[in-house]
Amino acid sequence: MSEILLSVRGLSTHFLTQGGVVRAVDDVSFDIRRGETFALLGESGCGKSMTSLSIMRLVPEPAGRIVAGEIHLDGQNLMDLPEAGMRRIRGNRIAMIFQEPMTSLNPVLTIGEQIAETVRQHRRLDGAAARGVVLDLLDAVGIPDPRQRYGEYPHQLSGGMKQRVMIAIALAGEPDLLIADEPTTALDVTIQAQVLALLGDLQKQTGMAVLLITHDLGVVAGMADSVAVMYAGQIIERAGKEAFFRDPRHPYSRKLFDSLPDVGKRGHQLAVIHGAVPSLAREFKGCRFAERCDEAWDLCHEQAPRWYDQEGGRQVRCHLLDPTLAARRPASHAAPRDGTGQAQPCREHGQAPLLEVENIKVHFPIRKGLLKRTVGHVYAVDGVNLSIARGRTVALVGESGCGKTTIGKAILQLIRPSAGSVRFEGDELTRLRGEALRRRRSDFQIIFQDPFSSMNPRMMIDEIIQEGMVALGIEKDAAARRSRVEELLDHVGLPREARHRYPHEFSGGQRQRICIARTLAVRPKLIVCDEPTSALDISVQAQILNLLKQLQNELGLSYLFITHNLSVVGYLADEVAVMYLGRVVEYGTVQEVLEQPRHPYTQALLSAIPVIDQTTRREVIRLEGDLPSPSSPPSGCHFHTRCPHAMPVCSQRYPQSTALSDTHRAHCFLYGDEE
Amino acid sequence: MIHLLLSRLVSALVVIFGVSVLVFFLIHLVPGDPVEVMLGETSLAADREALRQSLGLDLPVHVQLWHYLSGLLQFDLGTSLYSRQPIGEILLERIPATIMLAVAGLLVAVVIAFPLGVMAALRKDTAWDTGAMGFAMLGVSIPNFWMGPLLIMVFSLWLGWLPVSGKSGIDSLVLPALTLGTAMAAILSRMIRMTLLEQLGEDYVRTARAKGLAPRQVVVKHALRNAMLPVITLLGLQLGALLGGAVITEIVFSWPGVGQLIVESIHRRDYPVVQACVLLISLTYVVVNTLTDLCYAWLDPRVRLARKGAGETY
Repeated sequence: MSEILLSVRGLSTHFLTQGGVVRAVDDVSFDIRRGETFALLGESGCGKSMTSLSIMRLVPEPAGRIVAGEIHLDGQNLMDLPEAGMRRIRGNRIAMIFQEPMTSLNPVLTIGEQIAETVRQHRRLDGAAARGVVLDLLDAVGIPDPRQRYGEYPHQLSGGMKQRVMIAIALAGEPDLLIADEPTTALDVTIQAQVLALLGDLQKQTGMAVLLITHDLGVVAGMADSVAVMYAGQIIERAGKEAFFRDPRHPYSRKLFDSLPDVGKRGHQLAVIHGAVPSLAREFKGCRFAERCDEAWDLCHEQAPRWYDQEGGRQVRCHLLDPTLAARRPASHAAPRDGTGQAQPCREHGQAPLLEVENIKVHFPIRKGLLKRTVGHVYAVDGVNLSIARGRTVALVGESGCGKTTIGKAILQLIRPSAGSVRFEGDELTRLRGEALRRRRSDFQIIFQDPFSSMNPRMMIDEIIQEGMVALGIEKDAAARRSRVEELLDHVGLPREARHRYPHEFSGGQRQRICIARTLAVRPKLIVCDEPTSALDISVQAQILNLLKQLQNELGLSYLFITHNLSVVGYLADEVAVMYLGRVVEYGTVQEVLEQPRHPYTQALLSAIPVIDQTTRREVIRLEGDLPSPSSPPSGCHFHTRCPHAMPVCSQRYPQSTALSDTHRAHCFLYGDEE
Repeated sequence: MIHLLLSRLVSALVVIFGVSVLVFFLIHLVPGDPVEVMLGETSLAADREALRQSLGLDLPVHVQLWHYLSGLLQFDLGTSLYSRQPIGEILLERIPATIMLAVAGLLVAVVIAFPLGVMAALRKDTAWDTGAMGFAMLGVSIPNFWMGPLLIMVFSLWLGWLPVSGKSGIDSLVLPALTLGTAMAAILSRMIRMTLLEQLGEDYVRTARAKGLAPRQVVVKHALRNAMLPVITLLGLQLGALLGGAVITEIVFSWPGVGQLIVESIHRRDYPVVQACVLLISLTYVVVNTLTDLCYAWLDPRVRLARKGAGETY
C-alpha cells in the first residue's frame, strides 16, 4: 500500500447552462495521504463542493459532466469504473457528509433505518446483526440512549445530533476517506466544537483520511494537515498547514487572512478584495485573480501563471514567485503587504442613551387543542436590559434560539413585547400605536441576514429604496427622491445605473449594500443589524463591515448588532451583551467581555471559536448537550445544566446581576449575588 | 396520533352538522314557492296544500329544522315525490354501483399514472418524458362525454368485446372505469412527475446516492416515499369527487349510480331526493378528506409525531 490514498489529476467538471459552459472545476490536481486531513479552502462558488462531488462521481447529470481527469483511489482509476462498481466505492471506501444536516436526512425514515441501510449495503449484514452495528455507531458518534434514538425521525433531533447521525452513516461502511463538505457551517459555535472534536477522535481511532471542504480559516487551522486554496475553479496554492498559516504566499490567500475581522483590527478598515469572484462561464486568459489583485501587472492579465515550487513541498500559482520575472515587474506595483489597510480612527461618542430597554419580555403562547387554549409559553426573551448611546454599537451575541433576533424585533415593535419598556429618545415605544408609531419608524430601521429574500424580487432598486421615503413622507418631491436615491447608491458604493435593475442581478454583497441604502433612505438614528454578514463570504463580509463602520462615523448612527460571530463583535462593537436562553448573562465593553470573560457560558463560547493564530493554544471548554427548549427552561440559572462550574444553588434560583466593574456585569453565583 | 384522530373526528362532526343545516335551507332558497316549483304552475291548489303538509312546509322554520335533523339522526331522509319510496332505500340501491365505479376508476388511474409519472420524472427531457406528458395532456383535454362514446364505438360496436351500457357484470364496468380512469391518470401522472422531480433534487437523495445505494432503492425507498405525500392528498380529493357520483360518465353508460340519480331527480323535480344527494356528496367529501388527512399524518412522521409543547397546532 502506498502512502497516497487519493490522487486527483487534471480534474475538470463542466456545467451546461443557458449562459454557456460553466467550468466549475478546471484542471484540479491534488493528493491526499492515508490518514491525513486535507483541507480544500475557498469562498462560495469556487468549485470546492463540485470537486468533492466529482470524486464521488455524483455530479448532477445531465447538466453537469466530468469532462477530463483521473481520480485514483489506491491506484485504481475511479473514472474507469462502471456505475455499479462506483456504487461499491460510495459509502464504503469513500463516504461523505454534507453542510445541511437538516435536509440531508430523509424525513420519513427513522435514523436507525438510514444508518442500517448502509450497513446492509456494504457489510452484508442483516436483521439483528445490522441493528447491533447501528447501535454501536450511534454510540460511537456520541448520541445518548441509542436504543431509544434508533426509532426516531430526523425532525426529533437537534441540528448537532443530525450531523452526528450523518457521521454515523458515513462511518457505517468503514471508509478510507471521509469527504466532509462544510460539516459545521450550519451549526452553532459550541456545537461546531463538539462535532469537530468528534471527527478528530474518530479519525484517530479509524485512521481514515478526511477531505475537509470549508470556507472557514479557523476550522482549517484546527483540523487540517495540509491545505489547498481554490479560486474560480482552480487550486492556486498548496501547502502544509503550519507553513500556510505562518506565511500564506498567494495574494488571494493573504487577502483572506487580512479581511478577517478581529479585536486587533479595531479602529482600522479591514482589507478588502475589491470586486467579485469572476463568472466561471467565461474564458480566462491570464491569472483568474488578476482583476482583483492589488499586485497584478500586465503579465498577470495576459498569461496564466504556472505552478511555482517553494520550499517544503509548497506550490503557488502566481507570477510574483517567478524569480526570473522579478526584474521585469514594474517597481510601482511592489507594494509591501499591508495587512490593515488605511487606518481610520473611529470617532468615540458618548452621550445620553438613544435607546433604553428595560426588563423586556417576549413570551409566545403555545396553543393546543380544538379551542386553542394556551397551555404554556415559549420564553423567547425573558427580562433583558440594554441601552445604546448615540453613535455607538452594542452587539447582542448568542447561539441560535437564544432570542437575540426576537429582541431586535421587539425593540422595533415588529413584535409587541409582553412586558417591559422600550424608550427611544425618552419616548415609550411600547405605548405608541397605529399612526403615531408608524411616523416614528423612520428613526429605527433593520437590516436582515438574507438580503435577497428581504427585497421584493419584482421591484426595481429605485422603487425599493424610494418606498420607505414615500411611505414615511421623507421626501415629498419626486425629483428630490430621485437625487436622494443616487446619493444613497454613491454612499453605499454602488453605481447609479443600479437603480434601474432588479435584485436578482446583483451579488450577495451588492444586495446587502442595497438593503443598507434602503435603510438609510429614511434617515434613521438606530439600525438593528440582524446577522448582516452571516450569509456572505469572508472578503465580502469585510466590505460590508467597512461600509457599516464608515456610515457610523459619517452619520453618527447607532447599531444594535445581532450576531453569533464573536470576531465581528470584537472588530465592530463597543459593548457586548451575551445571551443564553432569553436572558443576558454577561454585559460589558468589548475589551472586558472578550478579553476577561467571567460568565462560564461566555468563556465556553469564546473558547469554542476555532483560532487561526497557531501560537496561542488554549483549552477548549466543551459544552455538553444542546440548548434546552425555551418553552421549559431549566430552573434557576438556565445554564446550570451545561455549566462546568454548576453548584447546588444554581438550580434553585436565578443569580442577580453582579457588577464586576462600572461597565461589566454578569449573572453568576461565582461572583457573589448582590440582592 | 390519538389526539389527532379525535380532533379530526370532532371537526368532521361539526362540518357534517353545518352541512346538514345548509342543505335544509337549500329548499327554502328555491325562488318562489317550492311546492309550486315542484308541482308546476298548472297544479291544483289542493294538491299543493297536500304536498306542503306532507313536506311539513306549513310549519314554522325552526320546527321544520328540528324534524329534519331528528329525522337525519334516525336515517330518515324523507320520501321521494316521484316513486313514494323512502329516500334512504333509493340511495342504498345506488351507492354500491357508484362505489364500484369509483374504486375501479381510481385503480385504473393509479395503474396508469404511477409508471407513467415515475418514468417521465426519471427520464426527464427525453422522448419518454415528452411522450408521457403528451399523453397526459391528451387525457386532461378529452372530455368524458366524448371519451365514453369513443370507447363504446371501438370496443362495443366495432370489436363487440364489451357491453354498450348498463350494469350487468364485471365486463360492463370496464369501459366506464377506463373513461374515468384515463382522465384522472392524466392529472395524477403530471402530479407524480412534478413531486418526484422535486424530491429527486433534495439533499437527502444525494445522501442516499452517496451511501452507494442502487438507483431503484434511491427512487423507490427514498424519493418516491416523500413524493407520495402530496399525491395522497390529490388522490383523496379525486376519490371524493368520484364517490359523489361521476355524473357525466354514469349518464353516458347508463350506470345506475348516484350521479344518474341526481340528474333524474332534477328532471323530475324530486327535491327531497336532490336534497338527500347533496347531503350524501357533502358527507362523502368530509369522510374522504378526513381519511386523507389521517393517512397523510400516518405517512409523515413530522405530522404524526408533532412534538408536544413545540407550538404545533395539532
